[in-house]
Amino acid sequence: MKQALPIFKREFVGYFRTPVAYVFLISFLLLSVALAFSRFGGFFRAGYASLEVYFQFYPFLFLFIVPAAGMRLWSEERRSGTVELLFTLPVTTLEAVVGKFLAGWAFLALAVLLSFPMALTIGYLGSPDWGIVATSYLGAILMAGGFLGVCSLTSALTKNQVVSFVVSLLACAVLVFLGYSGFTGILESYLPVDAASAISNFSFITHFTPMLRGIIDAKDVVFFLSLMGFTLFLNVVALER
Amino acid sequence: MIEVQGLVKTYGSKRAVDGVSFSVKRGDILGFLGPNGAGKSTTMKMITGFIRPDAGTARIEGVDVQADPVGVKRKIGYLPENAPAYPEMTVSEFLGFIAEVRGFSDRAARRAHVERAIGLTHLGSVRTQTIETLSKGYKQRVGFAQALLHDPPVLVLDEPTDGLDPNQKNEVRGLIKSMAVEKAVILSTHILEEVEAICNRVIVISRGRLVVDETPESFLARRPGARMDEIFRSLTDSDA
Repeated sequence: MKQALPIFKREFVGYFRTPVAYVFLISFLLLSVALAFSRFGGFFRAGYASLEVYFQFYPFLFLFIVPAAGMRLWSEERRSGTVELLFTLPVTTLEAVVGKFLAGWAFLALAVLLSFPMALTIGYLGSPDWGIVATSYLGAILMAGGFLGVCSLTSALTKNQVVSFVVSLLACAVLVFLGYSGFTGILESYLPVDAASAISNFSFITHFTPMLRGIIDAKDVVFFLSLMGFTLFLNVVALER
Repeated sequence: MIEVQGLVKTYGSKRAVDGVSFSVKRGDILGFLGPNGAGKSTTMKMITGFIRPDAGTARIEGVDVQADPVGVKRKIGYLPENAPAYPEMTVSEFLGFIAEVRGFSDRAARRAHVERAIGLTHLGSVRTQTIETLSKGYKQRVGFAQALLHDPPVLVLDEPTDGLDPNQKNEVRGLIKSMAVEKAVILSTHILEEVEAICNRVIVISRGRLVVDETPESFLARRPGARMDEIFRSLTDSDA
């Protein structure tokens, strides 16, 4: 697994070699903050010092933003032919997949952490529970990893970045809306409650929301980690076929 | 050094490579000829471990590509067709990355290998330029530098002089020739004069099958007085 490191470094630094990183970081932060202050968010109306208003939009924001960051991971390598260069260097497919995934994840984590002025703001306005702030950040980063696993996999399936983006978005949308309150309400009216909750268990929202309330449950952490593990395994299989 | 045994690769209903076997010794420069689509690149991709053969195998210094692909990749310097490289990196960043993946984790060793490769391929003047801004000839040299970087015992070069001007072609040929003494080299090409100039073995493949494996002299002796491309045409005409 040692050779994953140079691949990680090249990929991570690679985001900053083009304007991609800056455009991405700025638009992510603008959008996420704008949503929190919008009438859907009501950051000030909430009346208490919490980031839940800010983070509640993350599953929907990630739906667009993570495929944008993840679409190039493998599609670009395949289109430009550098995949042939990469896989005739002495690295295993697993090392390459892990190195690239971790680079993308680190980049997304950086984007999430750059929202720290929001945390400073609620600290200035009131006295937030810093434990909850910490679990919210942890939850957002874990969820970003789950999204990115899906996007890395779809990116390995096509040479075309646009196809990669759209398929990632659809796959992630399924994983988001399975737990969206409007949708679970409909499910429960047709299916037994147990079946409906089993289905919504596959959603990002179901496993992210408790962390916004300060609850770190092993099953939520395991969900995100196993989603990453599973998608990366399929990613290796897709590249080796 | 290189032993290729019965390589087979099928795409859909088309058999791209159909039981190709040959071997290359140290000091050999093997010219790999064939019309486009005859299976040259596919064979090279199987030798270098990029695609898995359906049957057969290749051994590099006794290491089997099916059993230990990473071991084989350590021993080979490979220049893929069109010399792919990461366009947004500068030449020295790119070669530094290759050196790191090749396992030169020590900074000084890495620098020494990058410098050596830059020196051999005369890339000194463009080392701080990003690869996307380079001309085709320089890009090709970057690919070449990347393949030479770890001083491998085996070089596999897919059309190394493609897109170069006559002077650059000459220079690259000189370089290949000078290095071949202690290496085994396979190079594919469309340019028959190149084979005459530097190769001491010729292999022609047509429709995935090996049709010729001999020295350039005996190749030319097939039809005394004929030029190499005439002989080539008569051997591979059925492809057209």
